[in-house]
Amino acid sequence: MKFSEQWLREWVSPQLDTQAVADQITMAGLEVDAVEPVAAAFNGVVVAEVLTKEQHPDADKLSVCTVDDGSAEPVQVVCGAPNVAIGQKVPFAQVGGVLPGDFKIKKAKLRGVESRGMICSESELGLVDDTSPGIFVLPFAAPTGEDFRAYMRLDDSTIEVDLTPNRGDCLSLKGLAREVGVLNRLAVSGPVCESVTAAFDDTFPVTIEAPEHCPRYIGRLIRGVNVNATPPLWMVERLRRSGIRSIDPVVDVTNYVMLELGQPLHAFDRDNLHGEVVVRLAKEGESITLLDGQDIALRPETLLIADQNGPLAMAGVMGGENSGVSVNTQTIFLESAFFTPLAIAGQARSYGLHTDASHRFERGVDPDLTAVAIERATRLLLDICGGDAGPLNEAKSDAHLPEKRHINFRAERLRSALSKSLPQQEVSDILQRLGLKVDVTELGWDVEVPSWRFDIAIEEDLIEEVARIHGYNNLPVRRPAARLALRANDEARVTQSQLRHQMVARGYQEAVTYSFVAPELQASLLPEAVSPILANPISADLSVMRASLFPGLVRALQHNLNRQQTRVRLFETGLVFNGHLDSLSQTPMLGAIACGTRYPEGWAGGRDEIDFYDLKGDLESLVVLGGNSQAWRFEPTDHPSLHPGQCAKVMHNDREVGWIGTLHPRIRARLGLKVDALMFEVRLDALSEGAIPSFEPLSRQPEVRRDLAFIVKETVPVQALLDVATQQAGEHIKQVKLFDVYAGKGVAEGHKSIALGLTWQHPSRTLNDDEINQLVSAIVSQVRSEFSAELRS
Amino acid sequence: MDHLPTLVSEARDAIQAAQSVAALDELRVRYLGKKGEVTALLKGLGKLSPEERPVAGERINQAKQILADEIDAKRQQLEAAALNARLAAESIDVTLPGRGQASGGLHPVTRTLERIEGLFTRIGYDVAVGPEIEDDYHNFEALNIPAHHPARGMADTFYFDATRLLRTHTSPVQVRTMKSSEPPIRIVCPGRVYRSDSDLTHTPMFHQVEGLLVDEGVSFADLKGTIEGFLQAFFERDDLSVRFRPSYFPFTEPSAEVDIQCVMCSGAGCRVCSHSGWIEIMGCGMVHPEVFRHSGIDTERFTGFAFGMGAERLAMLRYGVNDLRLFFENDLRFLRQFA
Repeated sequence: MKFSEQWLREWVSPQLDTQAVADQITMAGLEVDAVEPVAAAFNGVVVAEVLTKEQHPDADKLSVCTVDDGSAEPVQVVCGAPNVAIGQKVPFAQVGGVLPGDFKIKKAKLRGVESRGMICSESELGLVDDTSPGIFVLPFAAPTGEDFRAYMRLDDSTIEVDLTPNRGDCLSLKGLAREVGVLNRLAVSGPVCESVTAAFDDTFPVTIEAPEHCPRYIGRLIRGVNVNATPPLWMVERLRRSGIRSIDPVVDVTNYVMLELGQPLHAFDRDNLHGEVVVRLAKEGESITLLDGQDIALRPETLLIADQNGPLAMAGVMGGENSGVSVNTQTIFLESAFFTPLAIAGQARSYGLHTDASHRFERGVDPDLTAVAIERATRLLLDICGGDAGPLNEAKSDAHLPEKRHINFRAERLRSALSKSLPQQEVSDILQRLGLKVDVTELGWDVEVPSWRFDIAIEEDLIEEVARIHGYNNLPVRRPAARLALRANDEARVTQSQLRHQMVARGYQEAVTYSFVAPELQASLLPEAVSPILANPISADLSVMRASLFPGLVRALQHNLNRQQTRVRLFETGLVFNGHLDSLSQTPMLGAIACGTRYPEGWAGGRDEIDFYDLKGDLESLVVLGGNSQAWRFEPTDHPSLHPGQCAKVMHNDREVGWIGTLHPRIRARLGLKVDALMFEVRLDALSEGAIPSFEPLSRQPEVRRDLAFIVKETVPVQALLDVATQQAGEHIKQVKLFDVYAGKGVAEGHKSIALGLTWQHPSRTLNDDEINQLVSAIVSQVRSEFSAELRS
Repeated sequence: MDHLPTLVSEARDAIQAAQSVAALDELRVRYLGKKGEVTALLKGLGKLSPEERPVAGERINQAKQILADEIDAKRQQLEAAALNARLAAESIDVTLPGRGQASGGLHPVTRTLERIEGLFTRIGYDVAVGPEIEDDYHNFEALNIPAHHPARGMADTFYFDATRLLRTHTSPVQVRTMKSSEPPIRIVCPGRVYRSDSDLTHTPMFHQVEGLLVDEGVSFADLKGTIEGFLQAFFERDDLSVRFRPSYFPFTEPSAEVDIQCVMCSGAGCRVCSHSGWIEIMGCGMVHPEVFRHSGIDTERFTGFAFGMGAERLAMLRYGVNDLRLFFENDLRFLRQFA
């Protein structure tokens, strides 16, 4: 909502400068977005009368005029505007004057003819942004020689407030003035809105068929209006300063009253109405052509103004093209109605429309304003366009009009809510100035909420009003007190923060990628993934929810590789989304991607490209944080994103909780990546699940170690061999350590040698050789039989 | 006997000339060993008269002692020289960088969220999280934003269907927590939120931290104290000015926007604060009774406050980041600045 400070000051004028007024209303909750002068800086412009006009001897499009600018002699000026005419009053920039943009007016010769000044257009004066077609013609009554800024009262500011949706009551000068009045404890005076005496008895019939949506509708006929009259300059200027362009006197008046009082009005051409005006919901299959030329297919929940031939207007949103006022209109049917917020809310937006009317109706227009506003508009119309008005024809449903709301406002509740006792007198005064009816009761106040405050319904709303006007920053500040109760903490749990910091310690940078990804990318990485699809994505690239952290990480890797980064380590934590909406799981995951050399470029080696085991080491470093590594296993598997020979599923307590592997070469090629990338992602709930350490007494007995080397087929997983060895090693086995894997010279083609170090220890006695030998031979024979392994000598 | 001085002088020269511990050992044997030349003189004492014997014995023993001392001194000297030579040979360039992995770093948003969580958990708040695909009820309805409420236009919502959506704020976590637990409640809820807006100053996803405190006797003064204390702690400025402006959120009443004195120009006016000296930093208010009713909390007995802030905005102000979009490009050159 934009308004002129001058206009406001006609209602209420505190002893504050412009900025102080703006600050004051901002701090009352009506945030001022901008304060701007209503016109750019210029000077040396006066009101002048055009005395003569002759064709320029050497230029078709120029005329040579003389003007009376109030000085002793007429001034000759060359003018290029087509609309200049003898007798006009115009803004005239005198020699020495300066126009916006620091344009200095000097004596000049235009095609040989002397010109001493300039007749100005609105755009040349910075009053409008676009170029005006001709000079600005002023009313004839404008006094010749008067300074133009003074005449136009241009030393004014436009104040733009960004109102929160609860404050529909401030979408008018009247409402804003009320606020300023309360804040400064000043009386507020507005224009007189007297009833216009009816000059004839005719009315146009109105029926409300949807009283729950439109409890009150007032119509009036105005005959013999001259719709081609010129709207007064003061009105045009006020509209302009509120950001509304002058259209014609009828539209200007309805807009003006809407700005002044807050009531949107609409004018129909009586001759386009047939039968009666009906306020009803749209019927199946109906459509309307709106004022802006749009054809709209109406939905049944849309409230309409209609006649016997069909829709005339979308109620409270926009009029129809075929029922509006035109240059030939003789009789106007003027509408002032109360449409309930619920009837209008969402309607305009659902059709992609947003109008000043819908903006107000959906926030709530004062239902007691309907008649006042139509009287005010009638008076202005008659004054500008002439004509006669008929009587008001009001259709209403009392049962559906908003009820008067009463609130029992307890002083104690106010005190405890604000931690401050405000004097009863101050509270009563604030509420009354806001327009509430207040009765002091034993415990506080009985308050009646005015018809324009749709946002006040409960005690807390009153607390806010009092706090707001008293000033939030004048209220006390206190630190809350709480009992210092100790609570157990889950020691076994590894926090997300610990996991993140571990990844950081392993050299990874944390990434944050969008939770929605490109469907093609996700499909190429996870062809079988099902995840929710946005109905209204910001772009096709960000339209499907990620089913995995891989798409985002791959994209982030690509971004960095394209920017000359060759060694990338990124990780991310966040939700992934799997399944249809009705069977959706939103699972927190930790994922990582890496490529490039083992260590950052340096003098000390580590220049090899990383491989699977580097990444696995990083993942294992997370696993050990929980102190429960034995719950974790890695098993060979297939994953559509990963190299089939370099890919494992991550198992936690026999549950599949993630994947690790090398990006599939086919996908890598498709993405145009020149290096191998390694990735993993694991469920955070599994990584978070640790164990509390459990002490085992230290044995004083000597340890016994035996090393065994087996030759097995290359395809035998080491894990399987370790499992068998552990199984057969008896209860006193302390450790089964893999200390070498070798293939090459000395080992047959297609085979590898696996070296295990086994350590035994008994808690209370020395283990003898026989016992150990027995266990070793059990291991050897089992490994032999299961893997066709050979013991290496 | 008469050649003793010559012998000592000869031996001393030899000791001084020795180049190694091994050579010294040889000299010790040669002169002082059982068959050594000086030892041999002692054996010759018997040939002297009893009167001469003590004097001569004394001289020989003195000479032995002198030579033994010299050998020890020379040995220490040689050992020290050897050690020095070895140390010199073993010296390295200590200015070379250390070997191995370089550390990474947290994303600036996480860094910011962790700081905020830390400030609140230290005084007794818990961290609560919730789903990001929410339903209309938790994101709007239970927060006193019924269908067609103009406030729904305040946040452009990403929808999946008529009722399922991406949460537009972290406030649904409040609702879920209030439903599942009894006051006193003190939580902060960090997380991703989504709005269908994308331009220079908006990204379709960003992070919020929501705070909620519900207890008996909680007042607006407690809210002001908490917010003021938090902002001063976050920016590590005890004198940071904080102001509260009335505003509107359907789920709080009274509601406020919070401004801080611009941390870039200390309130003098600069581009960051649009020359106003103030920066809008967060929203807050007292929990609306309707929200309590949805969660089954007795509005006569309990009151509470809630607040919400954008993590990116705080990170930008804290670290001087001037482009919001950088947070989601995951450019290493950006991320590494926060390690």
